[in-house]
Amino acid sequence: MSPILFWLFTVLMLAFGVSVVLNRDPVASALSLVASFLCLASLFVGLDAFFIGVIQILVYAGAVMVLFLFIIMLLDLKAEKRRSFNKLALVGGAAVTALFVSGLLKVLSLFPAGSKPFPALGVAKLDDVRQVGITLFTRFNLPFQTVGVLVLVASIGVIVLSRRQLK
Amino acid sequence: MDFLNDIPWMLIAASIAKTLFLIFGVVLPIVSYTVYAERRVSALIQDRLGPNRTGFPISLFGFQKDLQLFLGGLGQPVADAMKFLLKEEFTPGHVNKFYFWLAPVLAMVPALSTLAVLPFGNFLFGQKMVVADVNVGILYVFAVASVGVYGIVLAGWSSNSKYPFLGSIRASSQMISYELSLGLSAVPVLMIIGNLNLSEAIQYQIDNGWLLLPFTDGKLTLRELLLWIPVLVSFIIFTISMFAETNRLPFDLPESETELVAGYHTEYSAMKFALFFLGEYAAMIAGSSIIVVLFLGGWHVPFLPINTLESSTTPSGIALGFLHITAFFAKVVGILIFFIWVRWTLPRFRFDQLMKLGWLYLFEIALVNIFITAAILAWVK
Repeated sequence: MSPILFWLFTVLMLAFGVSVVLNRDPVASALSLVASFLCLASLFVGLDAFFIGVIQILVYAGAVMVLFLFIIMLLDLKAEKRRSFNKLALVGGAAVTALFVSGLLKVLSLFPAGSKPFPALGVAKLDDVRQVGITLFTRFNLPFQTVGVLVLVASIGVIVLSRRQLK
Repeated sequence: MDFLNDIPWMLIAASIAKTLFLIFGVVLPIVSYTVYAERRVSALIQDRLGPNRTGFPISLFGFQKDLQLFLGGLGQPVADAMKFLLKEEFTPGHVNKFYFWLAPVLAMVPALSTLAVLPFGNFLFGQKMVVADVNVGILYVFAVASVGVYGIVLAGWSSNSKYPFLGSIRASSQMISYELSLGLSAVPVLMIIGNLNLSEAIQYQIDNGWLLLPFTDGKLTLRELLLWIPVLVSFIIFTISMFAETNRLPFDLPESETELVAGYHTEYSAMKFALFFLGEYAAMIAGSSIIVVLFLGGWHVPFLPINTLESSTTPSGIALGFLHITAFFAKVVGILIFFIWVRWTLPRFRFDQLMKLGWLYLFEIALVNIFITAAILAWVK
């Protein structure tokens, strides 16, 4: 991946990420999150991980965030927009961020392999869809099936819960 | 500045050339003439004449009459485009300005971006006729098409008025619902081909016959005949879902003019409205192209030789290259005319019928279809 593109998408992604938190308008926040997802997908594509990148767009930007935006638009936004920053929450947020970043820096400094660049992958062009499929259905077959059952249970649970409220 | 040398300038130049050719040379002209075709075909179906007067205005340059080509009215798209550009761009006072301006862009860009992975020809001038030959082709199309909902949702919401909002709610729930059957109905095809790359999909159909017409390679085996059944089911579900995804009649509930004025773009005028219009037709072209690539052999012409990368600079290779591109877009235009034909033949669904069709029938049939395909693939050699 060209370093220019890497920096471009990284800066954009972080900027949109910050704007998710700072924006008072929920619609603007949701759209910033979408833009941030798109930049993240571009970073994946730049690392030749096309499958992950495209799934990122398909699932998060295309399905999850559309539903989010949909719900937000059905709400009354005027009260939300007028709300100003809570100074205490601002200080708390900054403190948590500082703590996290310092922890991350500490760990990275203790971990010598993290300071040198990762060697380039030997294969010129990975068929990542096939690789992901084979790995999922052979090495991680049991966890994969279990997750499938879990999702099924969750979706049935949602239907049961929403039905009860209707009565 | 050594990183400048790492940039593949040739690749970028070739990609830009292909993109410009695809968008401005082919797709936008097809879009404007599809609008014309829509009006002429609807007139044909309703026993009217349609726009048959506008010629190319050479009378402006001192000629006696405007230039009328064989069909009549072929200057109409040009006149329409001029009208859209020159009309007053009115922004109502009650809208949310920023999103109101953003929405048409978000409706147009994804529709055109899906064209990036379409293999619209074989080789020409030593170039493969696809902008991005990625190994996730069909997933990319679904992903980018799913982002197209934002334009419609934002248009309805930012207009701050009731009919656009109802229209955008209908549009987004319809698009989210039909995305499922669209994706699931493509799965049997991808299982048969064994690859997500759209160029590989065409290569498979060159070797084994088009999926929908398996005899195009000159022979017909039992396996091909059996696989033809799930492929036909897939094709029907895919096409129906494509109608819903592109908000075409009989599923044009989002802009049904008898109930919602014009749906999500009621408040838009001039070029901003035209962008929605163009986006809708561009999405139609992208959808038709996907149908052509997955089911109708893409650019392949049966029983004709295929040029290679090496031969694509010789005169016969160039002729073949152009022939393949023409064949691809001829098939696309055929599907588009089918789209138009359906629009002026069927009445509109009711919204609950539309949702019921999507969730209770198409979704289940597509799911069962996957298992049937898997069984045939596993047991019939």
